[in-house]
Amino acid sequence: MVPLNWYIWLSGVLFCVGMFGFITRRNLIIMLLSVEIMFNAVNISLVAFSHYMEDLTGQILVFMIIAVAAAEAAIGLALVIALFRNKETITVDEFNEMRG
Amino acid sequence: MTLANLRPMAPELILIALGLVLLMLDLICRKKEMLAIVTLIGAILAFYFIKGSHGGLFDGMFIADLYSNFFKTVFIINLLLSTLISVKYLDTERALHGEYYALLVFATVGMMTMASAGNLIVLYLGLELMSLSIYVLCGFLRNNIKSTESAIKYFLLGAFSTAILLYAISLLYGSTGSTDFNKIANAVAVMGAGAALKPLLLFSVALFVTAVGFKIAAVPFHMWSPDVYEGAPTSVTAFMSVGPKAAGFAIIGKIFFVAIFGLHVEWVKLLIPISVATMITGNVLAISQTNIKRMLAYSSIAHAGYALLGILTADGDGLTAAMNYMLIYMFMNVGAFAVVIMLRTEDFAGDELKDYLGLAKTHPLAAFLMMIFMFSLTGIPPTAGFIGKFYIFTALIHSGQLKLAVAGVLISVISAFFYLRVVMYMYMKDPEVETPVSDSLYLKVALAISVVMVIVIGVFPGKFIEFAKASLILQ
Amino acid sequence: MTLKHVLIPALPLAAFIINILFGKAILRTKAHWIALIGVAGSFLCSLSALSGVLSGHIVNEDLFTWITSGSFKVSVGFLIDPLTAVMLIVVNTVSLLVHIYSIGYMHGDKGYYRFFAFLSLFTFSMLMLVMGNNFLQMYFGWEAVGLCSYFLIGFWYYKKSAADAAKKAFIVNRFGDFGFGLGVILIFLTFGSLHYSDVFKNPAAFAGQTIMICGHSFNLITVIALLLFCGAVGKSAQLPLHVWLPDAMEGPTPVSALIHAATMVTAGVFMVARTNSIFVLSPTAMAVVAVTGGVTAIFAATIALVQKDIKRIIAYSTVSQLGYMFVACGVGAFSAGIFHLYTHAFFKALLFLGAGSVIHAMEGEQDINMMGGLKKHMPVTYLTMLLASLSISGVPGLSGFFSKDEILWMAYAHGGGIGKFVYLLGAITALLTAFYSFRLIYVTFHGGFRGGHDKEHHLHESPQSMTLPLIALALGAVAAGYVGIPHILGGHDSFAHFLAPVVGEAEAHGSLSQEWFVMISSIVIAITGILAAYYFYIKNTKIPEGIAKNFSPIYKILFNKYYVDEIYDVLIVKPAYWFSGAVINKITDAIVIEGVVNGLPTIVEWFSRRLRKIQTGIVLHYSMFMAAGMFILLILILSKLYTGRF
Repeated sequence: MVPLNWYIWLSGVLFCVGMFGFITRRNLIIMLLSVEIMFNAVNISLVAFSHYMEDLTGQILVFMIIAVAAAEAAIGLALVIALFRNKETITVDEFNEMRG
Repeated sequence: MTLANLRPMAPELILIALGLVLLMLDLICRKKEMLAIVTLIGAILAFYFIKGSHGGLFDGMFIADLYSNFFKTVFIINLLLSTLISVKYLDTERALHGEYYALLVFATVGMMTMASAGNLIVLYLGLELMSLSIYVLCGFLRNNIKSTESAIKYFLLGAFSTAILLYAISLLYGSTGSTDFNKIANAVAVMGAGAALKPLLLFSVALFVTAVGFKIAAVPFHMWSPDVYEGAPTSVTAFMSVGPKAAGFAIIGKIFFVAIFGLHVEWVKLLIPISVATMITGNVLAISQTNIKRMLAYSSIAHAGYALLGILTADGDGLTAAMNYMLIYMFMNVGAFAVVIMLRTEDFAGDELKDYLGLAKTHPLAAFLMMIFMFSLTGIPPTAGFIGKFYIFTALIHSGQLKLAVAGVLISVISAFFYLRVVMYMYMKDPEVETPVSDSLYLKVALAISVVMVIVIGVFPGKFIEFAKASLILQ
Repeated sequence: MTLKHVLIPALPLAAFIINILFGKAILRTKAHWIALIGVAGSFLCSLSALSGVLSGHIVNEDLFTWITSGSFKVSVGFLIDPLTAVMLIVVNTVSLLVHIYSIGYMHGDKGYYRFFAFLSLFTFSMLMLVMGNNFLQMYFGWEAVGLCSYFLIGFWYYKKSAADAAKKAFIVNRFGDFGFGLGVILIFLTFGSLHYSDVFKNPAAFAGQTIMICGHSFNLITVIALLLFCGAVGKSAQLPLHVWLPDAMEGPTPVSALIHAATMVTAGVFMVARTNSIFVLSPTAMAVVAVTGGVTAIFAATIALVQKDIKRIIAYSTVSQLGYMFVACGVGAFSAGIFHLYTHAFFKALLFLGAGSVIHAMEGEQDINMMGGLKKHMPVTYLTMLLASLSISGVPGLSGFFSKDEILWMAYAHGGGIGKFVYLLGAITALLTAFYSFRLIYVTFHGGFRGGHDKEHHLHESPQSMTLPLIALALGAVAAGYVGIPHILGGHDSFAHFLAPVVGEAEAHGSLSQEWFVMISSIVIAITGILAAYYFYIKNTKIPEGIAKNFSPIYKILFNKYYVDEIYDVLIVKPAYWFSGAVINKITDAIVIEGVVNGLPTIVEWFSRRLRKIQTGIVLHYSMFMAAGMFILLILILSKLYTGRF
């Protein structure tokens, strides 16, 4: 059987990948995807913990996360559309009307 | 389970029903003012039901106790004030979509759920309900580039911080085997402090500090807040400068003071530099602002820093002081934003500092109210702001953190620069432009409530301190 | 604590708030009604409080606690005991009458509502001062009455002399208040509380303690008492801080009567009486109080002899009479001091209001040499002022006689050199007092009018709103003293007995015959003074000019008030200006002040501008900061994990 540590490392690495993507990419859609990767890294670790501790709470939380992430994605995409209508771009660097 | 069993969550249920009713009413109701009135009535009803809400529900996942009731009081008053200041403002901005009030209500339900959470899952759900509603509210002026920009900034960084929070939850769950606060606390106690601590547990502490730090806009997780506060509709700025921040402190109480209190040596160490940096950054950056909403955003960062000082004591007195600070901060901050909204008229933005030049001559009442709020934000007695700071600093001194208290007082002196500059602009300079003032009964009521509370808490703080103290009994 | 006690200060406060908010726009010339209702209600409540105290009902309660932190407690509470009751009656009676008087006197002034607003605010502050049950509240009231005094002296702020006088009063009082503030702090450090009940419970326990100042050890209680007295010297215009009071006469006359004669200036005496249990522990402090009072009394009386300005004469007389009160306190006869405070309030307020009435008729002229013969034009003013002068001179049967005689007897009977010395000063002062008081009466009201034909034509008695308070105060000047008839005249000395629970009973070391001697000699002195004034200013009007010529150096010294203002100008004001100009401006201002006051904001602002650059407005940078912050926290935690500490 695969030891728990492997899962923890996997989720940690995946989380960092998502974070790295979020920080480096400028395209709004890709950034949204990166956040999704981070969520899924969390999901992996939760399921792993849940499995190894023989406790279902973690998996319940995973369902919650998936559901909420869908809502979050919906809002995110709606915002992207609103932004695109206003500025005809989805590159985040262009959105620096307010600073200082 | 009957309906009567759900009594502990009656305020939330009422507000959820209210939100749904508002969505329906929006379809049939032409006059959007009606929606505001319905919101006010529903909120007052929910407020009325707070008092009798006691007890746990769903196997301790949802807990209504004095502690959560304190925060619920704050949230619902915040909802009431925000609704009052929105009516005229939305009219001016031509943003008459009915979802506005429903979203305010749902965000408030989210905050209340956070305060009542007995379990990390519920906490997460409440937090998301609050955040998602506010993302939309920020971008509510959908044809306004600033508003949509603020929404996307808040959304992206908010999602990022949510991911961090989830990771913290997952690590905490993995190292303690539960998501229930009390069970976590027991597990942490069993593990004991010291060398035997699991690295995952400590990691989760750092991640929690990050995620909560984002919600309360603590440095260096604060950078979204000035942009978002500036761009969002002013009424939403007022709402979100208080609500999520207070909710952040509510979950600080739940997580840091209950679940991982056994690790308080660690999280206090992490929070000390954060709180000092927050106070300094907020106050220093506020000085060079020319937009009053942005200035208030930085001031709001600084105030989170003061309230964090109370958390640093890791004792009841400090938490009481921080809770009390949130209550006071709500009145003075919403009051100040209400004055900003007063200056927003059809074709005049009224959010630049220079619009306040000579306001005392043209609109003495507005200037006077702004002066009271500025004095309170500075912390000049006998306003409420002084009481808030006084109890924070005395709690710090009593817990032996003398250096931090001195630092806090010194840093708060800086804040006098920019708060009193507004007063100076209003009273000692001549007006450059004719600043019009909008007139609305709702706004006046909100201003009256805020100013009266700022003075009353300032002069008779005893009852309010008692209220916060009595709320400390975490069940 | 009942509602009536709370209402005593609350009503004037409410009147102030209403007037300041609505006075300009709505009330305008009706502003006096609000103020009047406030103070009248307060007066009735204090009468009821007095009757409560008379029936033995003493209140000492915290109304509400503002903030607490450990043993430090800031609270508002009322102590209503005999001493407070007396002060309440004095303050509210005079305040009420002055309010009524002001309706006529201030009629048509463009700051009408503002005047009444501040009058109410002053009344509130003074009531808070006397009703407080802790030192902090007294300090609050102390500063608040000072502030009101500042506003009211400078009421006609467009007059340069008024604005200057207001500033002078404020600055001179700073010196005293600084000492008072230090005293309060020292009390807190010593007793661990600021409540009267805690402090006065057993101050003797601290009697032996010493305090090190600059390497010398001093008796702690003496230091506290002297610091407190410092405040009293400033507020009650005693040497050497008396200079502000005569100048304060630039304010409207009702203000002079209320604040600078009857109430605020007596706050110093009240404070010493209130803290008597501290003062009695320190013979040194008592001696200082007595000598300061005695010297001030005679000093001010000599100046009053030759002044020409009607209000200034009365102002110096006030300084002199305040000196009397301190003499009483200094010899341990606190009740006699308060008794004099109480009678003095009536006759001195009357003198001022009478002077105001005269000035009103003279259309602003204040030089008594331009007056004369006003008797027939304004009989009510004349008669009431005559009664006041008889009272202040100590003519038997009037209230001033009883209180002044009490002080002189207590000083005489105090035993020891100090007592005899201040008795001598007091007796001489009594002679001078009678003389200058009747000089004022004779020059102003008798003889022929010297102000020119035009003015004589306009002379008229003042309106009823002004004469009625005069008559009421005249009744007080005559009869107020009958509550304190000494045993020797068959009375019961009820006033002293009434106050005894608070201030103790003074001991008199003297026989009955000595008491008779003191009393008769003071009667003789009073009559001598009056007769001398009659001889100089009615019989033989050439003599004063002759004296002024022959003794011109002395005359000049007196007329110029011993050149104290000039001395201060040379010793303090000029050097201060020079110092600030030459030293502070050139060195500190350019470097330190510029550096600190301007430089600090500049630096912070510079810093702020740089720091703003971080806030680029780009989400990527924000997320980088967040991630960096998170990693720093993780590293901190890791270091804890592997090193065991942060």
